[in-house]
Amino acid sequence: MRPMHHLISTREYTMEMYDEILELAEKLEPIARGEVQSKIMDGKVLALLFFEPSTRTRMSFETAMLRLGGQVINLGAVEASSVAKGESLSDTIRVVSQYADAVVLRHPREGAALMASECSATPVINGGDGAGHHPTQTLLDLYTIKRESHLENLNIALAGDLKYGRTIHSLCYALSRYNAKINLVSPPELRLPERIVDDLRKANIDVTVTNDMEDVIEDIDILYMTRIQKERFPDPTEFNRVSNSMRITKELIQSAKPDMKIMHPLPRVNEISFDVDSTSHAAYFKQAFYGVPVRMAILCKVLGMEDKVLEAK
Amino acid sequence: MDSCKFQKGSQSESKKRSANLGDKNDLRIKAIGHGTVIDHITPGQALNVLNILRVNGNFTNTVSVVMNAGGSRGDKDVVKIEGRELTEKEVNSISLISPKATLNIIRDFEVVQKRQIQKPESVCGIVKCINPNCITNSTEPVETRFVVTEDEKVKSLVLRCVFCESVMTEDLIKFIE
Repeated sequence: MRPMHHLISTREYTMEMYDEILELAEKLEPIARGEVQSKIMDGKVLALLFFEPSTRTRMSFETAMLRLGGQVINLGAVEASSVAKGESLSDTIRVVSQYADAVVLRHPREGAALMASECSATPVINGGDGAGHHPTQTLLDLYTIKRESHLENLNIALAGDLKYGRTIHSLCYALSRYNAKINLVSPPELRLPERIVDDLRKANIDVTVTNDMEDVIEDIDILYMTRIQKERFPDPTEFNRVSNSMRITKELIQSAKPDMKIMHPLPRVNEISFDVDSTSHAAYFKQAFYGVPVRMAILCKVLGMEDKVLEAK
Repeated sequence: MDSCKFQKGSQSESKKRSANLGDKNDLRIKAIGHGTVIDHITPGQALNVLNILRVNGNFTNTVSVVMNAGGSRGDKDVVKIEGRELTEKEVNSISLISPKATLNIIRDFEVVQKRQIQKPESVCGIVKCINPNCITNSTEPVETRFVVTEDEKVKSLVLRCVFCESVMTEDLIKFIE
């Protein structure tokens, strides 16, 4: 029997492991676009267990499975399931994993996906566990960088809420595998945790820290923006000051390289002004699309069907 | 004899002072017939060791506790517990709060085994995770699990939760009751 491949975190991923999924995703892109029909996952069932709201992760997994010819079953609203009767997550996983070939789990508690993987009969894919990991987002971020810019010798700015943003934390570790130069742009109260900066510097990554976007805008290849959440600030005036100082406008990006790309995990509120959408710099909606081929690649990987993809080509 | 070492340490530190104490000193460190002597406990941690061993008011065996004793390595606490040998889980717990402690197993007043407590590579089901949102702090039937390392910078053991990756130093450790 083949060992079960869960995807819980990318923390221990090597560059080769990332590259394997990114290459697979590129091969699957025509299927993700609907240009090529596929039956690779014919007869396979994917279970989606979302205990927290989600638009992109849930729908892109659903699209990925359907485009590959598989089927999806959904827990639906938590209130309408046995969870509302007090069923534990571990029991839910034990039951649902017998109905499906793989399970995607999003849960508000850190470590939920790891625990689920230990009691599941089928592979578990972490669709986000509290403030912990969101590995499929990390992989699609890397894929976007690869497709829209380049991963080698990358000069990237990570901006906004670097303290609480789980996507940023995982992305930092992933970028360190590719020796990227990382510029951290945030207000002092939302700086990247010191332990992560230490880890990056130990890995010989060139890290700079600034409050001002203008310090880095001319040199970077990618500007990765994140949402600053209002609830992090007890004083609304302070929130307005900070969020305005971090806002990306058409005027700000005038001095950027012509091929500089802006990414954002979405949803955005007002951190990127709408007039940036029509510029060649905006890559955030493409980034959302890239979630489909990347999640297709992840499904093929956890279900051991990479060879079928290669055969189909 | 299990008490020999300790008596020797006390005498070297305060021979003259203890000369006046006579039998009182002997009473304090009286030898046990069967059981365990936990020596070289980090000063101040003896009561936490008793908590780990679940020694409370209902415990009927003889227990001796010495705090801030002048041993050969300087101040230390000592716990002697009659009729008990420690489980691996208890030893691992003690190692987290007192990594330099030694264990002496006594049978028929003889030390049959003496060993320095080793830092475990990991601990399961002993310590509570510091992160309230960790899955191990929910009602799920899951044991806590930590990887144990040493941080030379802060001169402390460091526990990293396998589930949520929260990091705790020795001073933040809370045992599961």
